[in-house]
Amino acid sequence: MTLAEKYKELTDTAGAAGVANLQIREQDGVMYIDGETTGPVKQQLWDIYGKVDPDYAGGDMVLNINSIAGVAEGTSLTVTTNRTNLNIRKGPGTDQDIVGKAARGEVVTLVKKENDQWWYVKTADGEEGYCYTQYLTPVN
Amino acid sequence: MFFLFWMSKISNMKKTASFLLIAVAALSISFTACKSKPKDADIKTAVEKILAADEMSKGTTVAVDKGVVTITGECKDDMCKQHCGQMVTDAKIKGVKEVVNNCSVAPKVEVTADDSLTKAVNDAIKSFSGVTASVKDGIVSLGGSIKKADLQKLMMALNALKPKKVDTAGLTKN
Repeated sequence: MTLAEKYKELTDTAGAAGVANLQIREQDGVMYIDGETTGPVKQQLWDIYGKVDPDYAGGDMVLNINSIAGVAEGTSLTVTTNRTNLNIRKGPGTDQDIVGKAARGEVVTLVKKENDQWWYVKTADGEEGYCYTQYLTPVN
Repeated sequence: MFFLFWMSKISNMKKTASFLLIAVAALSISFTACKSKPKDADIKTAVEKILAADEMSKGTTVAVDKGVVTITGECKDDMCKQHCGQMVTDAKIKGVKEVVNNCSVAPKVEVTADDSLTKAVNDAIKSFSGVTASVKDGIVSLGGSIKKADLQKLMMALNALKPKKVDTAGLTKN
């Protein structure tokens, strides 16, 4: 089975959902899907990926669906860590000093996007620094 | 022609022979005149047949307008694009005036350099205790163990870092 056949449901769904800047490429036995969409569509695509390739064991797919590309500066973000507080750091990286913490469920404001992994945020108390985007969810 | 000439010699009927010669000449001219130029549709069929038989030219489409063949579609690299245009040109299909190769080449997949990727991967796995990772030539190899419920979140984070691929073979999921 070719990769195109294996992941047909995934690529079809991405196309039908209107994923922006959708790029589907194959290189050296790996399929690369890039695009921008909403959180729910990203979740849907990942669920299909997990169904087609249980435990993502195939190592033949890089699914880079960005659901935060459209988030603008000034947006309110909820801290969505699993249990712990979210570290606010001096620079973009976990090797950077912690300058503050935001509690789970706390709402912070996006000041500047450093990259897709690190955003510069400001808390209600005026603490500022870089947070890992994986634990920030835009308030709708 | 020689046959006719020979015939005329045998029968010794010079007049008839020359008449025949003229008739044959006229016939051949009229045949050429009758032969119409290849239609665009025929050219299209011929080009499509060539491209369809070629693995590299899959996904291309052909349009023909007054003998000008335009090929569109996506090729995986420059070589593939050149190849599909060249094949059509080399086929020297009758009636083809020009071959326009409008195939686009998909941009190469961009893979993060190992230094930056290693740093980003270490950031990403930090909140998944028990998971280890190593990076080589853009390939992220995972080790250790993870709860099944957390695997998707980890994979989402790693796939966003533009790796060449993520190898989960060494990771125990429980």
